[in-house]
Amino acid sequence: MVQIAAAKDELRILVVDDEEVVRTSLERWFTEDGYHVSTAADAAQALRELQVGKFDLALVDVKMPGMDGLELQRRLQEIEPSLTVIMITAYASVDTAVQALKQGAFDYVTKPVDPDHLTHVVANAVKQRRLALEKSQLEDEVHHLRGACEFVGDSEAARKVMELVATAAPADTTIMIRGESGTGKELVARALHQQSKRRFFPFVPINCGGLTDSLLESELFGHEKGAFTGAQYRRKGKLELADGGTVFLDEVGNISQKTQMDLLRVLESKQFTRVGGSRNVDVDFRTICATNRDLELAVKEGDFREDLFYRLNVFVINVPPLRERRGDIPILARHFLAKYARAMSKQVTDFDSEALLRLEMYRWPGNVRELENAVERAVVVTRSNTIQPRDLPELECSVTDPADLSMDAVERRHMAQVLQQTGGNVTRAAELLGINRVTLYNKIKKYSLR
Amino acid sequence: MAIRLVPLGALPAARLDHLAEQLGRLLGLPVDTWFETLPVDDVFDPRRDQFRSDLLLERLTRDFASETRVLGVTESDLFIPVLTFVFGEAQLGGRAAVVSTFRLRNELYGLPADKGLLEDRLVKEAMHELGHTFGLLHCHNTTCVMQTSTYAEMVDLKPATFCAECQARYEAFVAGRLRLTTLNARQPVGR
Repeated sequence: MVQIAAAKDELRILVVDDEEVVRTSLERWFTEDGYHVSTAADAAQALRELQVGKFDLALVDVKMPGMDGLELQRRLQEIEPSLTVIMITAYASVDTAVQALKQGAFDYVTKPVDPDHLTHVVANAVKQRRLALEKSQLEDEVHHLRGACEFVGDSEAARKVMELVATAAPADTTIMIRGESGTGKELVARALHQQSKRRFFPFVPINCGGLTDSLLESELFGHEKGAFTGAQYRRKGKLELADGGTVFLDEVGNISQKTQMDLLRVLESKQFTRVGGSRNVDVDFRTICATNRDLELAVKEGDFREDLFYRLNVFVINVPPLRERRGDIPILARHFLAKYARAMSKQVTDFDSEALLRLEMYRWPGNVRELENAVERAVVVTRSNTIQPRDLPELECSVTDPADLSMDAVERRHMAQVLQQTGGNVTRAAELLGINRVTLYNKIKKYSLR
Repeated sequence: MAIRLVPLGALPAARLDHLAEQLGRLLGLPVDTWFETLPVDDVFDPRRDQFRSDLLLERLTRDFASETRVLGVTESDLFIPVLTFVFGEAQLGGRAAVVSTFRLRNELYGLPADKGLLEDRLVKEAMHELGHTFGLLHCHNTTCVMQTSTYAEMVDLKPATFCAECQARYEAFVAGRLRLTTLNARQPVGR
């Protein structure tokens, strides 16, 4: 829930005026209204007040000996950019007012000011400040939520994916994302949408693999009232809901021949009819699809329409499996740790070195999704502020593919086993391996064993 | 605790008597009227053609040092230098308050004089300013005399009494159980 701090009785007002009677009058006026009020007789005192105290609103006299109100306004807003400033002037000068407003003042009032006008100007300033605080807090929330859905990684492979996303996102072309299950294909699709000009319109994911033919048809195109038993109302389909935005067709390799034909028609004409309907519906959306199936083989075997394949396979982004970007495991693990610690309000800040080593040595056949689940589970079960090996599920640790018999793979596998045996103690591992510590550190870096 | 009413400039005696009676009834405190009228000429500002309420407060505090509460009542148009006018002014948690009938009169707004309405408005504004001397801040409750009023019609919309919360604070203040610092830490108030 968003907490708004700027309740009226918590608002602090700074009154800056060289006339004592103005300071005391306004202090009394605003105090009776429930605000916390401080006063300053000149610019220097106002700047000192702002250094030691926090203020939400400043009422600043334009004409003051020494530094004038306009100069003070500039300096106050340099120190505290979120400070709302209202200028007070004894001379109704349009030039001064315009200058103050150009510099970012919220409003100005002319002395003597009508009490009702002053009340409204301050109330409006408070309202605007409250909205600004709400906006800032909501942006933080959105940032956290978005951060939880980002494609995370710093490896060469991950960077290549992100570069392709940055290149393809603005082009509005059809994208095919390929990769094993759990590699984060939907995250890549969301990143493409968020970086495209369609980002202010809906992102609509559709899992084509989990639905029967008729259900998928209704899901994609919607239906008219009475189209089938139970269709009591007209319902818009996901393609219609995505108008202006992006449709993400996940597991597109699993759709039936009939739906492939319907989909091809929609992609070509950007028109369709709802199930049970006769009227054409025009839509404008970008298509991103994903599959872990070998579509070229499916085309050869006649399971997937060749024309649809070429329509979808315009720009391909391959998302590598986690075992091919092991260097990202610590980054991803810490990312998920922060996400779930925050969601569960637990003070879990890092991984014990042995626990992290175990994560790095596992093959992760379920890829990033499996890693995320393992970390979520660990955050649930841990009683420590660092994830311990006992908090992790049973992971059959094998750093490399056992079938890989290259010298590098064998060396990496052996070093990882020794490191696991010594609980991550590098000095002891170096002794057992018969090499010096520096060499072992270099190998650890080379093989991304940490 | 008692309240001393002080006429500032000429005032009809009946109006002061009515005010004293109503304040006594509403606040449950003895209310007496000072026997003579004090002049206000020395706080007149010829440039504004108005009278300084802050200087009147200073004088009431000084001249009535032994009174627990003193309320100056005037028909003169009051102001503080930063504002175009005030209906009244008070020392928050202090001893002195001042209230004016000048802008409470219907005639000022081109309407026929209404003696009863004027007396009602005066009682409400006197209660409001005295409320500040008992440490009460502006109240968001529309059924409370401590709700702020910046024009005469707003005075008509509120009652002459405190809401339950302000009444409790007033009683605690009078009984010496509540200090000003506690009052200032109260929940949001509004004009």
